[in-house]
Amino acid sequence: MGIDSLFQTLLSLLSGTLRVFIPIGFAALAFMVASNCGIINMALDGLMLFASFFGVLGSYVSGNAWVGLLFALCSSVVISLFFALLTVHFKCPQMIAGLGVNLLARGLTIVLLQVVWNARGKSTPVAGLGVIRIPFLKNVPVLNELLGDVSPLFLLLLASIALVWFLMKKTPFGLRMRTIGENPAVAASQGINVYRMQYAGILISGLLAALGGAFLSIGDINIFSRDMVAGRGFIGIAVCIFGGYDPVGILLGSLLFGFAQSLQYRIQSVDIPSQLVQMLPYVLTMFALAFKRKNGLGPSAMGMPYEKEGQ
Amino acid sequence: MSRTKDRKGIRLEGPLLSIGALILALAVAAIVILIAGYDPFESYAALLTGAFSSVSNIATTLGTATPLIFAGLSVSLAYRAGFLNVAVESQLLVGALTAALVGLIPNLPAIIHVPLCLLAAGAAGGALGVFSAFLKRKLQVSELIITVMLNYIVSYLVEYLVSGPFAAESRMVRTNAMQESARIPLLIPNNRLSAGIFLAIASAVFLWWLLERTRVGYEMRACGFNPPAAEAGGIPVYRRVYLAMLVSGALAAFGGAVEAMGVHGYYINSMVSGYGYDGLTIAIMGNFSPGGCMITSLLFGALRAGSSNMNRSTNIPGEFITVLQALVILFVSTPRLILFFQKFTVRPAKKEG
Repeated sequence: MGIDSLFQTLLSLLSGTLRVFIPIGFAALAFMVASNCGIINMALDGLMLFASFFGVLGSYVSGNAWVGLLFALCSSVVISLFFALLTVHFKCPQMIAGLGVNLLARGLTIVLLQVVWNARGKSTPVAGLGVIRIPFLKNVPVLNELLGDVSPLFLLLLASIALVWFLMKKTPFGLRMRTIGENPAVAASQGINVYRMQYAGILISGLLAALGGAFLSIGDINIFSRDMVAGRGFIGIAVCIFGGYDPVGILLGSLLFGFAQSLQYRIQSVDIPSQLVQMLPYVLTMFALAFKRKNGLGPSAMGMPYEKEGQ
Repeated sequence: MSRTKDRKGIRLEGPLLSIGALILALAVAAIVILIAGYDPFESYAALLTGAFSSVSNIATTLGTATPLIFAGLSVSLAYRAGFLNVAVESQLLVGALTAALVGLIPNLPAIIHVPLCLLAAGAAGGALGVFSAFLKRKLQVSELIITVMLNYIVSYLVEYLVSGPFAAESRMVRTNAMQESARIPLLIPNNRLSAGIFLAIASAVFLWWLLERTRVGYEMRACGFNPPAAEAGGIPVYRRVYLAMLVSGALAAFGGAVEAMGVHGYYINSMVSGYGYDGLTIAIMGNFSPGGCMITSLLFGALRAGSSNMNRSTNIPGEFITVLQALVILFVSTPRLILFFQKFTVRPAKKEG
């Protein structure tokens, strides 16, 4: 193998890493934000599926992928508010609410696929978000090949990770949220409106998940196909746990996960049955859970419904 | 979980809650049908006709309900012991495949072969159940993540086995036909209804007895209700949860096995796909009781059987049932939402507080 083909292999390995990194990173970040205010958001998989569908739908009706992204975000706002209403106000057990939303997404997107495209499996191709050329990398040899053309959602993910880190660690808003995650009663006694903060947390979580879901459709292959999220929401949750509920841990964890999975796809060219190769990300997720960091258990009040005094 | 009072002390639970949730779900799903451009009443009528309009349709409904009863019982037992068993989907799969493979053994009398198939399937499903409980204990993460990951892993593994090592000489992805001695007889020729339904009913009675009439069953329920208290009361919590998951996995596997031994006579790809999620809905709607599971299984058997008729007359895909299921799950688990709606419908003007 020459030095040139080695370089090409490395390059495709790294671009494969980014393709996995973007949706998983968004999902992990989304789970982290919700966990910080005491909500186990197991609806991520469904939220992502809704977003990838509505992303394609928006792009299909308008011809503009950015309108698609807006559709994706709006769909996620609606579903997240519904999830928040059920779990925060009406005390639906969070795991079961997550299960319900995931099933709803699966069924509804397939029905809508039939209604809009009269198709059972996948939509027609639509305009995608494409790539953004980063100008100042033009003269840097290796980085230009790797990062010269990247998905706008890649940049948005890096910005989101930084923003969530700042929001959670450096602002009163983040402090309030984390207090709720540790002990909602204490938070309430300090005059924090627990319900409103939990709504905010779920909403931010939903928006992040929507960006990840939209990447899968209009950011990558530019069609919607049924069940296209395929458990990535749950893999994101596992990566969040693996990264110790911390933005930096999530960044590193999802990059590592992306690299490992991209390596697997390289191995695919060796003679291994395709089903076993498709199985590997999920096996990898199990291993990620086994090697999680010490604080992988998350905020202590996670998943416990909080009841306002006097109700 | 699904018990609450409204402010006047009216309790909403059990069958009343399930029926309220079903009505609300049907109403919301009707909006989906409207958006899809069809008449909801016509669609629901087609659904009912497809499920009940003839003896053969009723038999199809009962036959479809058979594996669903097993799935519902499986989820119920696990949940009562404190484990949300989403892996019921893969336990069904493993049960069906194991039964289909053991059914290939030649020269066995039916009296041995049928129990042998069931036993092997139950062992495989039970092992998978215990394994998921073990993973939850070791990894200390929510069983929902573990079981969803297991579902993907198992379904790809089974798909590989059926298309590779155990593939039949057929254009379809399936195993070879089982021996006649391993088949469960059909009650009506050319239908889905097999003698397996008696095994399903027997399993429901057994589960009721286990949960309500035995010490072990009581201890399992204690583990689900309040693990620390159960521990303090001297109950070996993990051993009880493992036992519950062993039985739960075996029950789900029976459902898959009965489907393979009665209806198909071999394992074919995606023959039980989605049944696990039906089982979850059935258990939640049936309030995790064996009797409730029997009734709601019939309902979902009817929905599944009728959905193909609805599909023919309206072009709404069969996955519409999934939408309905999701809504039922959400609404049954949220009694306060039903009470909230009730406030508007029954006593519209009165403001409480």
